[in-house]
This record gives sequence, structure tokens and C-alpha cells, in this order.
Amino acid sequence: MRRRLRRLLRVPAMAGGAALVAVYLTAGLLAPWLVPYDPDEQDLMAALQPPSRAHWLGTDDLGRDLASRVIAAARVDLAVVVVGILLAVVIAAPVGLLAGFVGGRTDRVLMTVSDAALTFPSLVLAVVLVSLFGAGLRSVIVAVALTAAPALARLIRSLVLQTAHLEYVDAARALGAGPGRLIARHVVPNIAGRVIVYTTLMGSYAMLTVTALGFLGLGVQPPAAEWGNMLATTRTYLATAPWLLAAPGAAIIGFIFGLNLLGDALRDLFDPKLLWRP
Amino acid sequence: MGPFALRRLLLLLPQALGIATLIFVLFRLVPGDPATIVAGPGATQPQIEALRRELGLDRPLWAQYARFLGDLTRGDLGTSLSLRQPVTQVLAARLAPSAALMAASLLLTVALAVPAGVAAAVRPHSTTAQVVMGVSVLALSIPNFLLGMILMHYLSVRWRLLPAAGTGGLAFLVMPTLAIAARLVALVSRTTRASVMEVLGEDFVRTARAKGLAPRVVLYRHALRPALVPIITMIGLQAGYLLGGSIVVETLFAYQGLGQAMITAVSLRDYFLVQGITLLYVVGFLLVNLVVDLSYAAFDPRIRYA
Repeated sequence: MRRRLRRLLRVPAMAGGAALVAVYLTAGLLAPWLVPYDPDEQDLMAALQPPSRAHWLGTDDLGRDLASRVIAAARVDLAVVVVGILLAVVIAAPVGLLAGFVGGRTDRVLMTVSDAALTFPSLVLAVVLVSLFGAGLRSVIVAVALTAAPALARLIRSLVLQTAHLEYVDAARALGAGPGRLIARHVVPNIAGRVIVYTTLMGSYAMLTVTALGFLGLGVQPPAAEWGNMLATTRTYLATAPWLLAAPGAAIIGFIFGLNLLGDALRDLFDPKLLWRP
Repeated sequence: MGPFALRRLLLLLPQALGIATLIFVLFRLVPGDPATIVAGPGATQPQIEALRRELGLDRPLWAQYARFLGDLTRGDLGTSLSLRQPVTQVLAARLAPSAALMAASLLLTVALAVPAGVAAAVRPHSTTAQVVMGVSVLALSIPNFLLGMILMHYLSVRWRLLPAAGTGGLAFLVMPTLAIAARLVALVSRTTRASVMEVLGEDFVRTARAKGLAPRVVLYRHALRPALVPIITMIGLQAGYLLGGSIVVETLFAYQGLGQAMITAVSLRDYFLVQGITLLYVVGFLLVNLVVDLSYAAFDPRIRYA
């Protein structure tokens, strides 16, 4: 296992992507201790200052330290994406496993529901959900989960279909293993790796959704710092304070870039013919 | 148009019914009730009750559903509360700018991505190929609204080449189109590269080369056509992105299309307008997928007899 991991990290894209994502995870986890200033503390005398020794990424319109806000936002954005994707897995895994394993009418009903949800462009669905349930952290998490779940359920179903009649599963069935044992001991371990790859790629798309909602004013609400809502402020001051664009912008690009590198490298390894992308 | 196309067209009917049902369910799921939202924050209880009766929300759910479907077939989507005109009129006014934006993004995508992908496939180790692949990874990592802001910063604030926001002539279309198309160009050029490389390894390409056909003819007449199927698939898969992208990018550039109208409607709690625009988006998505499915048959003759 350890040797295998070491061989994986020798692929430069994989190692680079993993390192970048690790940096963001660390920043998110340790944010309260890493920030040089209180990210919510206003200092109107120091508003809209360009990068300096005291504020090395500058300050925003309310004089808050941008470096601190970008780090604090990493915690919020990563938490929303991780919780949202986990929730999507919790919804999609039983659906996909059941549809793929039981088949027949169960399969048809479950897939009709997920196809119906897939007829909504994901950001349109996210905007509708957030507007119906009210903007805010919880709605964004639900929107991420519900926009990711249908495609994930379909993927899990297709993986189960590929696996359920492999010889070793048939052998276990012939030995008298029940459906529960077959799924838990023989199917899930076989498809788990590929599901993790997909969720990595979904994570980068989820981040696009979260920041887009934040930018539209429908996501995580100010004063809480979130990369998307920070960029909504930037729009107002684009002409006078371009450093408001640089800090959160670079943070978003870096994270998604890292996750894409990692996800693509993992996918090339596990499932090279796969065209799918969230 | 063969039996395949006909079957595919017939499929539209149940799909349309499914979508109408889904939107009905979704918009009745609202916590609190629509009448309160529609009446606005200042409304009194009797006003809300009156509105509930007027909108038919006091009747059983199946009766509301029947009325909703009936209104739909007559092309009645209700009245926009903030603009005080029928939702269908608002949609008609906003559709053209959005359609222009999406069409321009698709055109730009095909014009840039297919040649870039083919070039990268023909010489996989050349500098061109590496640049195409590198740029595409980067383009996939920038949210469209962020790219839009970067473009705005340079092209309109710094260099004053283009208007920063608004709707109008071609000049207003340039930055929103670039912002939306970047991701599509990246994905389509990668797909083109992969599928052309695969086709170039096939026997019939070797035969075409062995016949002494010019490399250009082999590439464009023999290799590109079968390679188009995965490319079209990728464009179809990204139709949702194209529609969703227009929401954010139109808002950023204050471009008077459907997406910008939707966000305004959401912030003003204009319930029926949000519902109408959602419906139009989903129908648009359905139609794009229809065109994609039909074009498979055009590019891959085997599908016709399936």
C-alpha cells in the first residue's frame, strides 16, 4: 500500500495536485490560527489600501485584512464543498447501488427520478433551490448535494452493473452470500476507488457552483468571508482597487487547479476511457 | 430523418410533461407559502388570503396541478409582479440576447477548439500540443465570472477597448462570450485531441494513407468525421454549463438576458418570473439534447439502424 502510494506520487501532476490540495486543506483547518488579523474586524481608516507590509494582500472596502479573509474563506468554501459532496454521496450511493443491483422496476423508477433532476442545468437548479429555501450556508450545501447527486447516482449504478456479474461476484453468490453481503463485501470495495475519483472531479465543479452562488449574492452571506462573495465586492471597486480581484481570484484558481490536476491524474489511472466530467 | 429521429421527437412529449410536473412540485415545495411570498413583506393577512384565492392556492393540489398544466398549454405563465407584465412577454424580450450569447460562445468554441485539438492530436509531442493542453487545464480552473472580471479589468478599465457592461452591439458581446467559452474551448479541444488520436490509429486511416491520399484529405475526410461523435457528446454534456454560465456572466456584465432577469427576479421575489425563466431554461436544455441526439445520427450512420 505504501509502496503503491509512493509510486502514485511520482506522477508529477498527481504529486503537484495533491500538494496544492493539501495546502488548502491545511489552511482551511488551521485558519483561526493562521490569520494575521481578525478577518471580520473593520478598520475604516485603513479601507481600500493596496498591498503593504502591514497588510500583504491589501484591505477591502471596510478596512478588513484581505489575507486574513482569504484564509478564513478557505475554511468556509472547503467545508461547504466537502460537506456538500459527502451529502451527495449519502444520497446517491443507496440509490445507485439499489438501482444497479436490484434492477427491474426499482431501477426504472429510481433512474426516471434522477434523469428528471438531470434535465435541470445544475446552476439553474442551484439558483432555484437557494431562492426557494433562502440564501445562506445551509441552502448552498443542499444545492451542492442535490445538483451533484443525480449524476453520481447514475455513475454508481453503471459501475455496479459492470461489477455485479463479474465472475468473483457470481462465485460469492453461488456460495450463498445474500444481497447485503454481496454489496457490502464484494461490490462496494471494487467500485469505491472509482467513486472517489469522480467525487474529486465533482469537488472542483462544486467549488465553481459555491463561488458562483456567493458572487450572485445567493450563497454564504456577508460578513462571513467566502471567495465568491468577496468577488462580488470586487466588482464595485474594480476600477480603483484591483488587488480585491487578485487575492480571492488566485485562491479560487489555485484550489480548482490543484483538484483538477489530482482528479485528472487519478482518472487516467483508474478509468482512462472515461469522457465524463461534471 | 429516419425512424430514429421520429422516435426521438416523440420522446419530447413525456419529457415536457415530466418537466412541467417537476417545476410544479419544486415551486410548491417553498417553505412558507407562495401567496405570502407573492404578496410581499408588507401584506396583511386578509390580503394574503385574497391572493391565495385568486391564485387558486386554496384548492386541492391536484386541482392546482390541472390548472397549472392548462395555463401552460395556453401559453400563460402568470404575471411578473415586479415588471407588471405577462411573464411570456418578459421571456420573449430576454430570450434573443441570451440566445445570441450562447450561440456566439458555441461558435467560438467550435472555431477554436476543433483546430487546436486536431493540431494537438497530429503532433502529440509538439510545443503546440503542450500549449493547448496546458492552457486548457488552466482554463478549466477559472470560474467564468472570475475570468469575466479579469477581462473587464484589462479590456475595459485599463485599456478602454470595450464597454464594461450593458447590452447592444457586438462590442457588448465580446467579453461575456469569452468568459463563457473558455471552459468549453478547453474541454472540447481536449476531447478533440483524444478522439482524433484514437481514430488516427484505426485501420481505415492506414488504408487511406496507403492509397496515397494527401495527409490533409485523410485527416479531414476520413479521421475527423468519426471523431466528431465524442466531440458532440462533450458539447451536449456541457449544455447545462452553457445555460447556467449565462446566469452568472450576464449578471456580471449587466447583460439584459434571461440569466440577469432571473437573478433580478430572485432578489425581488418575483415568483412567477423565476418559475417561467426556469421553465424556459429547462426546455432549452431539452432542445439542445435533442439536437445533439439527432446530430449523432447525421455523423455516425450506424445509429440510424439501432
